[in-house]
Amino acid sequence: MTATESPTVDNGVNVGALLDARAALSDAPAGAQFQWRAETEWLKGTHSRGSVKTFSGLGGEQTHISTFTFDADHPEHFAAEDQGATPVEIVLVGLGACLTGGIASVAQLRNIQLRSVKATITGEHDILGILGADPEVPNRFKSINVHFDIDADATPDEIAAVVAQSQKRSAVYDSLTNPVAVAVDVN
Amino acid sequence: MLHVTTVVIGAGHGGLAVSRHLAERGIDHVVLERNEVANSWRAQRWDSLRLLTPNWLSRLPGYAYRGDDPDGYMSAQQVVAFVENYAKEIAAPVRANTTVTAVRRTDGGYVVETDQETWRARSVVISSGGATVPVVPDIRAAVPDGIEHRAAAGSAQDLPGYRNPADLPAGGVLVVGPSASGIQIAQEVHSSGRPVTLAVGEHVRMPRTYRGHDVLWWMDATGLLDDRYDEIPDLARARTLPSMQLVGTPERATLDLNALTRAGVRIVGRLAGVLDGTAQLAGSLTNVCTLADLKAKRLLKGFDEWAATAGAERTAGLPAGEPVEPTVVPQPSPQELDLRSGEIRSIVWATGLRPDFGFLAGLGELPLFDRKGRLRHDGGVITASPGLYVTGLPFLRRRKSTLIDGADSDADHVVSHLAGHLAGQ
Repeated sequence: MTATESPTVDNGVNVGALLDARAALSDAPAGAQFQWRAETEWLKGTHSRGSVKTFSGLGGEQTHISTFTFDADHPEHFAAEDQGATPVEIVLVGLGACLTGGIASVAQLRNIQLRSVKATITGEHDILGILGADPEVPNRFKSINVHFDIDADATPDEIAAVVAQSQKRSAVYDSLTNPVAVAVDVN
Repeated sequence: MLHVTTVVIGAGHGGLAVSRHLAERGIDHVVLERNEVANSWRAQRWDSLRLLTPNWLSRLPGYAYRGDDPDGYMSAQQVVAFVENYAKEIAAPVRANTTVTAVRRTDGGYVVETDQETWRARSVVISSGGATVPVVPDIRAAVPDGIEHRAAAGSAQDLPGYRNPADLPAGGVLVVGPSASGIQIAQEVHSSGRPVTLAVGEHVRMPRTYRGHDVLWWMDATGLLDDRYDEIPDLARARTLPSMQLVGTPERATLDLNALTRAGVRIVGRLAGVLDGTAQLAGSLTNVCTLADLKAKRLLKGFDEWAATAGAERTAGLPAGEPVEPTVVPQPSPQELDLRSGEIRSIVWATGLRPDFGFLAGLGELPLFDRKGRLRHDGGVITASPGLYVTGLPFLRRRKSTLIDGADSDADHVVSHLAGHLAGQ
């Protein structure tokens, strides 16, 4: 059941190349060691601009085809100027994007044609924690919910299986659901 | 030094099946066994364990279950008797209490060193078992002192094997891992009055029976157990799948996470880490349960499809199937568990077993192992070292390689290749 047997299914994902990469990197695991990078710079108030240009992997330095920027700020309700999404919202965007990319890839591998994939991601958050108003309240999300509306040539169970598999293979999902060591230093 | 054509290492059901096929081909051999025949079943499993497979499926070359309960499940003691009797019936040349310490290459074959005699042989078959040493994640080291540790099966120097609930201290028990051993131990420990928390990662859910037949009947009848290692799409995954979530009981009861929740066992996320005395539980519990539910549904759907076509004669008149009830995940699911509060007094690690091939260290110059330390083989043929073979590993040649029933065809193939090697082919 490979994509080549059913060329009519096209989600725009080159599954052959992904499978080739999996085989090649299994034989040369050093090439699978990636470093993802982002830079952020304070602009004013709580407004900062993040940029993403380079990463390393496949045994060398790599560059995106252009530099991507992301403005982050807080809404006016926090006495800020709302020049961008809040960082927690950017985390939700990252989760939705990661799962959505996974859905496209898994669906392609399983010969499922997607017509539309929409996610609504909500994060429940008690901000008494970040405000320092209640030390018992953690800073993090209490919970995150992702709701997908998917139109595809497949049964509901097949679509559910694609969504489940995309969670199993998602870097952002795994990073949010498991502990990750974070080190911060300063010059 | 003693001479023999073939040395078989290990006198479990697998090594004995190899012995039987060697004998059929007139290849002289010995079977070296570190303890007694069927040692793992005597010493390395908990007291109440029964086979996951029904008695009728316990088939070995020239031998099968002959009792009056074909649909039952043998206890560990019954498995020992079953395998012992097989060794006698085929007159296997077993040398018991002989521990292999090293295998080395020589011109034209191998030297097998033991704590008794040293053997020279033209070929060696390793049948010492795929599940002998408990695999425990490194996070164990971060567990606070004062909590007792057990391995669900097998044992190691600093990790005794679990035997029965009375073997654990009073108080709460954390069982890590929801495979066959984890769910069975969770159930019996909880019944003993020790409150159990079960940490759940990926698992292989299946009902004990479906449409009146044991689930293994369906897997056998539909040909699923015969799936070949060189034909399935993701062999690496198939070889590392957790064991089927099953238990062998006289009632043929299904033991899944819902049954455990109903019994009062607390289901939590996978044990992801231990930080400052607090266990960190993964937030992926809902998804691992969804994955297992969907896979169980697909498994049963495949049975139905087979029953409607190829299996029509064998399945006429069977009742309709019971649908897979979704796993109920307790909400909210805790993300932390305080290991210093005294609530948890012991941890049972049901986190898997691996083989012990330490005696192959003498062949260290050969590329025998992959980067994960797994023995490289092509369906039991260790191509890096001609004349060396292995059996009894998960999905060695077929899905059923893990089961007693898989030993016959695996041994047949390996011995056939071995005979060709001896003949210089």
